[in-house]
Amino acid sequence: MIRFILRRLAQAVPLLVGVSLIGFGLMHLAPGGPLAIYTLNPSIQVQDIERIKAVFGLDQPVPVQYLKWATGLATGDWGTTFFGGRPVLATILERLPATLLLMGSALAIAILLGLGIGLLGAVRRYSVFDALATSGALFALSFPTFWFGLMAIWIFAIELRWLPSGGMYELGEEGDPLSLLRHLVLPVMVLALVITATWSRYARSAFLEVLGQDFMRTARAKGMPLRARLLRHALPNAAKPLIALLGVELPFLFSGALVTETIFGWPGMGRLFVDALGMKEYPVLMGLMMFTALFVIAGNLIADIAIAAVDPRVRL
Amino acid sequence: MPPAEAAPLLAVRELAVHIPDPPHLLRAVDGISFDLDRGETLGLVGESGSGKTMTAMALMRLLEPPLSRLPTGEVLLDGEDLMRLPEGAMAALRGHRLSMVFQEPMTSLNPVMRIGAQIAEPLRRHLGLFRAEAAARAEEMLRLVGLPDPARQARAWPHELSGGMRQRAMIAIALACRPALLIADEPTTALDVTVQAQILELLRELQRDMGTAVLLITHDLAVVEENAHRVAVMYAGRIVETGPVEAIFTAPRHPYTAGLLASLPRIREEPEPWLPEIPGMVPGAGDRPRGCAFAPRCTRVISGCVAEAPPLLGEPHAAACWNPLHD
Repeated sequence: MIRFILRRLAQAVPLLVGVSLIGFGLMHLAPGGPLAIYTLNPSIQVQDIERIKAVFGLDQPVPVQYLKWATGLATGDWGTTFFGGRPVLATILERLPATLLLMGSALAIAILLGLGIGLLGAVRRYSVFDALATSGALFALSFPTFWFGLMAIWIFAIELRWLPSGGMYELGEEGDPLSLLRHLVLPVMVLALVITATWSRYARSAFLEVLGQDFMRTARAKGMPLRARLLRHALPNAAKPLIALLGVELPFLFSGALVTETIFGWPGMGRLFVDALGMKEYPVLMGLMMFTALFVIAGNLIADIAIAAVDPRVRL
Repeated sequence: MPPAEAAPLLAVRELAVHIPDPPHLLRAVDGISFDLDRGETLGLVGESGSGKTMTAMALMRLLEPPLSRLPTGEVLLDGEDLMRLPEGAMAALRGHRLSMVFQEPMTSLNPVMRIGAQIAEPLRRHLGLFRAEAAARAEEMLRLVGLPDPARQARAWPHELSGGMRQRAMIAIALACRPALLIADEPTTALDVTVQAQILELLRELQRDMGTAVLLITHDLAVVEENAHRVAVMYAGRIVETGPVEAIFTAPRHPYTAGLLASLPRIREEPEPWLPEIPGMVPGAGDRPRGCAFAPRCTRVISGCVAEAPPLLGEPHAAACWNPLHD
């Protein structure tokens, strides 16, 4: 187990190097740069721009810039932002709680709902409920998330005036949990809708496969009631593919939902990424990319360990 | 042996499973009747597709929707008609008064549940035992079915056991609550020949000790000859011949039974150059002839055979044939 984790972490190092190389390269291939906005500004001289470039190290060749950034990261220095000069790691970490709250609530609701809908759809296959759940999931997946977001704002915030349209708190209410909850409802609802749709489909097919197995017939032949058959026999067996899926989705918990956070003005990681992209904040972009890559690796590692815990046939 | 009673433990009357498959009606099980006494073993024999497994699934009411609505007829267990019981009451009997062992020991156990827990489940559900009692009884069952070191096997996962050991565990599950009736559907077909003999020996032993009646479903006549008291031969959804083992094996009356017996390899003084076989194939459940279903393959066919299906006549040795042998 310890050896397995160490081996996987060792394998992660070249992966991280690869991800950062590609990310860094693509970022610098894109036209413009953090100083592009100054080139059209008549009050700023070309020499000034050159001087700023030199200060940030942007005048050096890209490989040299990469090496400087990478050695910094290896020693725990994630760099500082171009605009404001704040430490990158602190900038990212201060956005983390908002994203964790939003994604955590949405994922928790969506997984529970999705499991329930999928299980019921599999048990009552081809029933009215199953048909409704299937077409409902297709409907939810066919529309872009921003459309649901805008519709939610229009209906619940503008027409009905039940809930705020964006942000985390009303002005002057910072830190008030009730205000936070009211702001949380709409974005969580929109995110959960889409995640529920995918999860109910995955859960349905996972359960359908298990329900057709011989040992489920054995459980019936033992006289076990439906509840026990589903919870004690079907669920642990269906969990394996679903845990693997959760491992893949875990990084989103931390990287945030770009579209939803932007529409609802939610100050999370997704918004930070969009903002950093607009301003070409290279250090922040790279930091976010590494952050996400780390959680992809961690998510899959945790999923593998969890699968070994539920299935005695899997050894690490 | 318990004292002989007037009513049999199990009385099956006109059990049928007709599956609508427009424009056909698949007669998977086509009105079969038989009795089974306490402690007795009835061998239900037939080729694949003859309706043996469908019969077992209908008896246990284990067919899944939409098939679950199809069986008709009566299945009287101690005089109570199982076919009329609500599902909840039937579930209370399954694994308790009647239970089943399946053909595939490799896949019939839950792979993520320890063996002991799987045996303890019916004990807790039907006998209301607490966790510790049920665990102790589960270990006792593992000892009874001949697994070495039962305490260790109870903690084992199914994948750590061989096929034969898994089938022993399945038998332990089925017999945990000491059912009056055990349905064993091809219990040894998936196992090695040496293991087969051990499992059958085990079933005989446990049956003797517990007084369980066994419905032994198999396509293997040799298995029936050594393990059953009586035999029922199924062909195309019907019982074509039934009677005591000795009578059927020494003097079969139905040409189909005779054909099956002739195709059994035997140690003879002068071995035959080849084994005789029955020409043709079992008709599909959808295209049964109007008369005797065996008529197209039968060597003794007479004019009446194709006109009307023969009734099952004779006591205790009955055959459904218009032109039987050994008369």
